[in-house]
Amino acid sequence: MNGSGQRPEQRPGEQSDEQHDALRSLLGAWSLGACPPREAAELEQHLRGCPECAEEAARLREAAGWLSLDEPLDQPGSLRQQVLDWCLARRPAELPVPAWGMPYTAETAKLDALLRDLGPEEWQEVAELPWHGGTERLRPAEVLGRLTAVDGVLALALGLPDPVPGTLTGLLPGALPDPLTRPGSGPGDGPAAGRRVPPQEAAVPAPRVPPQGGRYAAVAARSARLLADQAALPPQSVRARWRQQTHDLVRSAALAPQGSTPVDLGFAVLPLRDAFVDRALECFVHGEDVARAVAYPYAPPAPQHLRQMVELVVRLLPGALAGLRATRPEPAGVPVAPGAPVGGRRLRLVVDGPAAGEWLVPLDGGQAGPADGEPVASMVLDGLELCQLAAAHRDPDRLPVGEHGDRAAVREVLHALPLLSRP
Amino acid sequence: MATPDRIPRWDEQLQRRIARGEETALGELYDRLAPMVHGLAGRILADQTAAAQLTREVFAHVWEHPEDFDPAHGSLRSWLGALTHRRAVERLRDRRGTDPSPGCGDGTAEEEIRAVATAARMQYVVDSLPQPLRETIAVTYYDGRTYQETARLLGISEQAAKQRMRLGLELLATELADERARQEQDGDGGGGR
Repeated sequence: MNGSGQRPEQRPGEQSDEQHDALRSLLGAWSLGACPPREAAELEQHLRGCPECAEEAARLREAAGWLSLDEPLDQPGSLRQQVLDWCLARRPAELPVPAWGMPYTAETAKLDALLRDLGPEEWQEVAELPWHGGTERLRPAEVLGRLTAVDGVLALALGLPDPVPGTLTGLLPGALPDPLTRPGSGPGDGPAAGRRVPPQEAAVPAPRVPPQGGRYAAVAARSARLLADQAALPPQSVRARWRQQTHDLVRSAALAPQGSTPVDLGFAVLPLRDAFVDRALECFVHGEDVARAVAYPYAPPAPQHLRQMVELVVRLLPGALAGLRATRPEPAGVPVAPGAPVGGRRLRLVVDGPAAGEWLVPLDGGQAGPADGEPVASMVLDGLELCQLAAAHRDPDRLPVGEHGDRAAVREVLHALPLLSRP
Repeated sequence: MATPDRIPRWDEQLQRRIARGEETALGELYDRLAPMVHGLAGRILADQTAAAQLTREVFAHVWEHPEDFDPAHGSLRSWLGALTHRRAVERLRDRRGTDPSPGCGDGTAEEEIRAVATAARMQYVVDSLPQPLRETIAVTYYDGRTYQETARLLGISEQAAKQRMRLGLELLATELADERARQEQDGDGGGGR
């Protein structure tokens, strides 16, 4: 093997330049151990006679030796909050993020960290996004497009530009140009710079009647338009746009916190502070959908953020119960006992786990009867499970729930929760 | 992030926002640079707790002293990288200094520190290689592919794949030589600051 059988007269100087260059171009691949055996053998023989190539080979091979396989330490999800808390304890923020913006900040950061690690093939995976009306199948970039489109409703409420092309401009007379100093549009850029001429067809195009009907139509149409607009973009650009908007949203909210500004999310009109928590929950749920599709782990929200999400879900629950009643005027299998109080029933909802708490939920709407009697039932479930159920990511008939009292009332709540989910 | 003249622009804006005390600017700084800071700290210190502590310190330093960053001397990323690297190595020296392992003379300990610091530096360099080069090297080396397989996978010519590997390693080799030269200097200057 040490060359005794080779022809020693084959010197590099006698090789054609072409041969020499061809072998030399293999040096990088060879240093990475990425040449097929025959090519590697040929190159190694060449190295014995060519000091110039041998010198480069040694340099590159040594460099390759420093490519280590060990991954960097996993960045624990809790580190972000830990570091920020540490910094803020040493120097309090003059312009803090309002507490209701924190879950959104944390969840968007977590999703972004997941996306940072996705390879080209993983961007092609298809995530399943169940809601109570079915299951959508979207690639990660399309999931981001959806999040961007719905977050865009908050952007409009905050006076930021709409990410969705050609919409709503005419509908929101109060929408002002971006109040922030964005890159490239400093205050000195001239009076007309920030103002865009609305396109001729600025009026909202009549939405085609979507299968979901009414309250999801406008938001679904926005999503569809944005997805179409972004279809040709590389996933990383879609990610960058989504991320930029999340940063702008939180920044606007921090610079001028107006938590009670109403935001029409289609399924409900929520004050901005609730809308932020709602978007945080949605971001978590769909982030987990993406993580599942690419088989990455995904951590649940921090306890204090989960707690805000649970509170929001509980606040929205009476509306969902009303929706359930509307679809089933007479709840099957729940015969009202002759003496039972009709209206004004309440249920004790006990949430355990890190977001523990206890709530009395009116089952028959806020106005129905005096609500001072004993709760008709109580149920215990985990806070994260509650949120997952509200996102229609759990089966209400299979969820582990501790229950006590009127079973039908508990079923009612369990079946109402998924109605809070949206396409 | 795309064009070179946008980077300092982002850097300077962020620096101004941090100086104003915008919490969101701190969050954005963290999101952009924590993987680098924590990764570098973790590679040098090889200890989860110590890496988290150092990450905390480095970000607290920027938050409390945004004026220390001078955009004229490079990007925020490179400044934070250097700061993290310096502090991690200091910490490693302290640890070795207070923890005399038997049979481990000063020379060996110092050598080890250098090896760890070099490895971390190289990893940092790998991480900051231009995306096509990094990607090509990663799918080839870490997944054990031939350059032909890599070319097919990435949809580039075999020629391009070979060039990227060679160029990427060339950049690493240059950094490696620089790092060694720097350590020589530090060694002569009596390293422990």
